[in-house]
Amino acid sequence: MQYALYVVRRLLTLVPVLLGITFVVFLLLKLIPGDPAVTLLGVHATPASVAELHKQMGLDKPLYQQYLSFLGHALQGNLGVSYQYRGVSVSSLVFGNLAPTLWLIVVGMFFAIVITVPLAMISANKPGSATDGAVRAIPLIGIGLPSFWVGVMLILLLGLKVKILPVSGFGEGFTGHVQHIILPALTIALAQLPILIRSLRASMLEVLVSDYIVTAKAKGLSRSRVMFGHALRNAGVASVTVLGVNLAYLIGSTVAVEKVFALNGVGFEMYNAILGRDLPVVQAITLIFAVLVVMVNLLTDLAHAALDPRVRLG
Amino acid sequence: MTTLPAPLPTFDASTIRKRSGERNITLYAGLTLFALIVLAAVFAPLLTSADPLQQNLLQARLAPGSPGHLLGTDDLGRDVLSRILYGARVDLRVGVLAVVTPLVIGSILGLLCGWWGRWFDTIVMRLVDIVVAFPFYVLVIALVFALGQGTKSIYIAISAVGWVAYCRIVRGQVLVAKEQEYALAARASGLPTWRILLRHLLPNVILQAIVYAMSDIVLSILAIVTLSYLGLGVAPPSPEWGSMIAEGQNSLLTQWYLATIPGLCVVVVGLALALIADGLVNQFNKR
Amino acid sequence: MTAPAQSGPAAPVLEAVDLHVEIPLPMGQLKAVRGVSLSVGAGEAVGLVGESGCGKSITLRALLGLLPVPARVTGGALLLDGVDVLGMAERRRQRALTDAISMVFQDSLTALNPVMRVGDQIAEVPRRRLGMSKAEAHARAIDLMDQVGIPEPEQRYRAYPHQLSGGMRQRICIAIAMSTEPRVILADEPTTALDVTIQAQVLAVIDKLRVERELGLVLVSHDLAVVSQTCSRIYVMYAGRVVEAGQSLPLLTRSEHPYTDALLRSVPDPDATVERLASIPGQPPMLVDVPPGCAFAPRCTFARDVCTADPNPPELEPVSVGGSHTTACVRHQDIDLASGAVSAFVAEKEA
Repeated sequence: MQYALYVVRRLLTLVPVLLGITFVVFLLLKLIPGDPAVTLLGVHATPASVAELHKQMGLDKPLYQQYLSFLGHALQGNLGVSYQYRGVSVSSLVFGNLAPTLWLIVVGMFFAIVITVPLAMISANKPGSATDGAVRAIPLIGIGLPSFWVGVMLILLLGLKVKILPVSGFGEGFTGHVQHIILPALTIALAQLPILIRSLRASMLEVLVSDYIVTAKAKGLSRSRVMFGHALRNAGVASVTVLGVNLAYLIGSTVAVEKVFALNGVGFEMYNAILGRDLPVVQAITLIFAVLVVMVNLLTDLAHAALDPRVRLG
Repeated sequence: MTTLPAPLPTFDASTIRKRSGERNITLYAGLTLFALIVLAAVFAPLLTSADPLQQNLLQARLAPGSPGHLLGTDDLGRDVLSRILYGARVDLRVGVLAVVTPLVIGSILGLLCGWWGRWFDTIVMRLVDIVVAFPFYVLVIALVFALGQGTKSIYIAISAVGWVAYCRIVRGQVLVAKEQEYALAARASGLPTWRILLRHLLPNVILQAIVYAMSDIVLSILAIVTLSYLGLGVAPPSPEWGSMIAEGQNSLLTQWYLATIPGLCVVVVGLALALIADGLVNQFNKR
Repeated sequence: MTAPAQSGPAAPVLEAVDLHVEIPLPMGQLKAVRGVSLSVGAGEAVGLVGESGCGKSITLRALLGLLPVPARVTGGALLLDGVDVLGMAERRRQRALTDAISMVFQDSLTALNPVMRVGDQIAEVPRRRLGMSKAEAHARAIDLMDQVGIPEPEQRYRAYPHQLSGGMRQRICIAIAMSTEPRVILADEPTTALDVTIQAQVLAVIDKLRVERELGLVLVSHDLAVVSQTCSRIYVMYAGRVVEAGQSLPLLTRSEHPYTDALLRSVPDPDATVERLASIPGQPPMLVDVPPGCAFAPRCTFARDVCTADPNPPELEPVSVGGSHTTACVRHQDIDLASGAVSAFVAEKEA
């Protein structure tokens, strides 16, 4: 009940943010120097045909009306027509490429968690040990890791030197997808690692000296029960928020990573659209990515509230 | 009732972990490393006589360690070492400069939000919510795309996105600081507001922002490198680490070092700045 | 498996002999506990009193075998039913100690896992260690909640710690402590964080369980009234050592150590932000460089050269031949403490 109320409250906060996002994306169009109608028709177009197209595109109306019609179209899933591929609707282009990107984000996140949790636990379990020292060095070295470069290095090591995994494309069928997603997802996970390890290790250290851990130990529970049953969940609460913030960053880096692996997701489509100066597609993908981040933030907040009963009151 | 003073609070290991008087090795190591990198970039012409743009197809694809070309040459016979050093000039300059504007704008807005609150705070914080809803790279890429390729667009795009972090950090600090006694005393003394803000509050709240700026430099260097890799950054043939990685990726099997070396350079810059940031945190905690 | 009847009721379940605990610090070894001996028998309640930082809490954690990192036991023996557990391998020692001993903390909010339902926290040991089924463990938890006086235990089972009042939370902590079916309970300031009206109720719960189940109880408190009501014997600690020990009544009415006397005289200032004894000037010594002789001498109005002549701290010796009342004051026969303090204390207790 309390949780349901929290969910409703949280959903309401989405409205202004989504309005703001669409407005920013709409303004991208206005930032571009030159007249979009001229861009479309070419420099030799007659003033009459340019004016005609202006009317068609609604560019003769005041700014707020243009925004409202943009918003109205966007809500109906109409994101315009691609400049590059004449006649192809932007939404079919974008949504057709969404699957690989979602795969990448989900599997990448999975890898990140699977690598982070044991490393942070081992490290926090014996602070000051050699293992701890090694784990603590990861964030220092990792902060400057360009994600796409990690991808290039993985291709070099695991794709070309040791030919065990495919290095480009999305493959055919489920197993094909799985094989093809491993390297890109690992790339994204490795680029995430520094911040995640740092935050989870810090929260683990804090949690492990708390009284309720002594209580759990005094109960005579096994070491693993204390670590996983009591410490990890509490430390995880703090790290979920970091995970959410980080995920926004991760989603952004899919553009370059998909380019590295020629993975035909939304990010790769954005890269192609940039090369083709295809404004509606760039606009639409920017919007899609922002909506993804908003959804991820929503999910992490809901997860946070589910993990930590104290949040629901706030 | 007969009572003794309240008992010792629960023993906390962290209270005894603090070491006073220990030299801040982290900070010095970071500063030294960063200084070396900057010096290498500034004095690039002294360190290498090769022209980073000079093509020489007869000397193309030399392996590292070849005479006259310490790090080898690329497909067009350009000296990799000199391209790395001259590339550092571009990446470091853009990286550091792209942090200055957001630091200033974000701190001022954060200061005003925290101090003033009310409608100003509400509007700015809504704006912050909207900007952080975009993935950093996607918004920067979209803005650079709209504004046109080049370093000027990169400055503008990173500034338009980056101020948000500083605004949040400084705002949070001001909210705490303005209730502290020194700030209350300054307010009670009737000093003009700008003076309280600049002389009393700013010095106390800016430290966190500066620590963040260190890792933000890494972030903006990563942004330039990524943009250049995608062909939106520094225009070729100017030497730049990101475009060097993109070019090197084409000959990954034959010349693995072409894509590897520039990436390692970014990692080392990141390490230096991370050490400085950690060192600064230690330094402040000590006080 | 009852233990063979031994001489009198005093056969200790848990006994510390000359226990030393040190904490390595950058400026040297902090000698937090310097040779403490104490014991508690089945059904017996003993009190441990002293100022902040005198080592009571660390002593308690050492008895439980769960010292905070990096503190460690550097000497002495810890006997469980007469068997020294310090010689055992760590895992076995931990097992033996946690099986026999439970602990109740001062701050129930931090002592409970904030993200776990309180009932699950009570049911955890029956479920995981006593091999009960889920339903049995649940029933056991409800039963325990009932025993510590929690109304409507079925509903409270599903609550999270922050949803309960301080008194209810401390009862939950006691139920958790009881869930391991211990023989000794260590209570570290269990009522200090509670409202005065709740304090008595919580103490009554602990005392009821002690009597019913013949539990040994070690009660750490700075509140002499609480200790004297509950405990039959008292240990007074100062600077990591026991300076006076004995049956509650003789110790409180005829204290034989100036420090105990000062404790009895001190009237705390409820508004004081600095923790210190109004009636005893000075501060307890830093336990890195321990002064020679009696550690209390620098603050003691009765101190003479003889108090610090011997570099070793004075040992406890019986006040009267063959008696159980012991003091570490070398001048206890020369000075007369039984004056104003006692009458004031007794008068307050009566009131």
